[in-house]
Formats: sequence, structure tokens, C-alpha cells
Amino acid sequence: MRQWRSIAREAVAQVSIVVKFLSFLHVTDSYLFSFTHVLGPSMLPTLNINGDVVLVEHLSHRIGKVGAGDLVLVRSPLDPRKTLTKRILAVEGDKVTFCLDPPRDPTRDYRSRSLVVPKGHVWIQGDNWYASTDSRHFGPVPYGLIQGKVFLRVWPPNSFGSLGQ
Amino acid sequence: MGTLSVVWSIAKNCLTVGVITLTVSDLFASIVAVRGASMSPTFNPKTNTLLDSLSDDRVLVEKFCLRKYKFSHGDVIVFCSPYDHKEKHLKRIVGLPGDWVGTIYDVLKIPEGHCWVEGDNSASSIDSRSFGPVPLGLVEGRVTHILWPPHRIGSVGRKTAQNRVSSS
Repeated sequence: MRQWRSIAREAVAQVSIVVKFLSFLHVTDSYLFSFTHVLGPSMLPTLNINGDVVLVEHLSHRIGKVGAGDLVLVRSPLDPRKTLTKRILAVEGDKVTFCLDPPRDPTRDYRSRSLVVPKGHVWIQGDNWYASTDSRHFGPVPYGLIQGKVFLRVWPPNSFGSLGQ
Repeated sequence: MGTLSVVWSIAKNCLTVGVITLTVSDLFASIVAVRGASMSPTFNPKTNTLLDSLSDDRVLVEKFCLRKYKFSHGDVIVFCSPYDHKEKHLKRIVGLPGDWVGTIYDVLKIPEGHCWVEGDNSASSIDSRSFGPVPLGLVEGRVTHILWPPHRIGSVGRKTAQNRVSSS
């Protein structure tokens, strides 16, 4: 009987260590900073097509300090399971003038269009306008979809450094 | 010397408890107070009983639905307001992507990745009829049970509005 009790006590102690560790990991990952692998052609030449590992901080967007020129991770408005990496070009109240890439589709209207970004929304675009599905296609996105701000590239090592404006 | 280590160990315990609570409320379930009467009579019916008029309802919000983002018609969800990311709203899903929803002005198709939400109390509810379809990425959780007041403890069912929504 006493053996079971001591085994149970040790099991609880070990499990509580694991639970504490995983909780700290989750809080750091969601509220402080995390490493993310980003890939795709939509952010050339800033980010590589084959993928970079970047350091993303999750503090600024919670206190509203993310603005125009920042590289952000955004949950896709077309598929909430996907996360996009784009740059914020305009915030609420700004006027945006844009045109969809003309050479692709001759039937599409390629004259430039303007609109004002509504309250609580941001306008995101990939740096590579020719290969990016962004606010030019699905409109301004609510600020609440922003997941974090990219501020440092850690891999590949020869392009280690901060990612600026 | 003794008090410093006592204070330090209390602080460590508080921090650990706080971190674990935050993780549980992010990944499993959390308790939320319902404000306003936009979901009357499901929540906050404001009848004449003493308990109802004293305090707001408390509901259990589960976060497992955020793994696959799979919702059904009639689910009550908590989501960030599209106009202010610090505000949270609690409404019922009336339409899912691909559905056609009829408002008094026209009929529109809900785009991919969005949903149409409405409050049960149509007269006093600011919902998709005002701000349009809501991206599913703004959803924070799904309401499953009422936890307070005690005489209305129970699970929250699905109510569908068959007459206004045509599903694909």
C-alpha cells in the first residue's frame, strides 16, 4: 500500500514538471516570440522562395503597435488554417491606390483603384506584387487576424539580420 | 532572509499557476461573461427573477474547434470584432462559406473562410447584418454550456434559421 502511494506521488511530481514546462513553452510561443518557417514567392526579394526561418514577436500586435511598413504574420481571411507573411502598407483611415497585375489577365480591369481602409482593418501586400494573393484580391483584413510581427531572420545564416522596412 | 525566500516561492507559485491557467484557457476551455441582450433569451434573458437581473450569464467556451476550424450552423461562437480587435462578440453562426444569406436589402453569398453571425435577439443585435461576413480566423471559441445562473445550467443547443439561409 505504501509503495503505491510513493509511486503515485512520484508520478504526480514528474507529470507536474512536464505540465509546467509545456505551459511555459505555450505562453512563450504565443505571447512572447516564436520561430517560424516562411516560404513562398510572394515576399521576394525580402524573403527567399525556398524558405527562411524568422523570429516573430507576439507582443506588438496585442498592444496595437503594429503599423505601416511592418512585416507581419496574418491568418488568411480565405482559410483560417493558413498563415500568411505579408507587409502592412496602410492602416485604418489611410487611402490606398492599387492596380492588379496587368500583364496576366487582359480581360481584367487594370486601371488603378482607390479605397479608404476601414476602421479596425489593415491593408497587406506581398513585396512581390506579381506572385502574391493579398489585400488587392481579398480586400483589407481586420486587425484581429494579425498573429505577430517578423523582426529577425535567423536562417539561412548568410542572411542573418533584421528585416526592416 | 526567511521572508525573502517565502516571498520568492509565493511569487514562483503564482507565476506557475498563472501560466498554466493561461495555457488551459487558450487550448482547452475558458469561462466568459455574456454582456448585453443581443443573445436573449438564450443568454441574459433578463426575466423578473432576482438572479437573472442581478448578474450576467457565465458560459463555457471551448477551444478545440480552433484546431480544424470546423463549425456547424447554429453554433454560438466568440469572435474578435472586425472593427476593434480588443472587443469580443458572442453570436450564433447562421451561415457558413458557400451559403446564400438573405438580408432585407439583398441576397449575398458568404465567401470562403468567412461566416455569417446573428444574435438570437434580432431587434437589438449588432451582427453580420451590420458588418458583413466575419472571417473565421477571428473566432476565439465555441460556447458549449451555461455555467451561471444555477437554474439555467445546461448545454447550449444549435438553432438553425432554415427560412433565410440556403446551404450549398
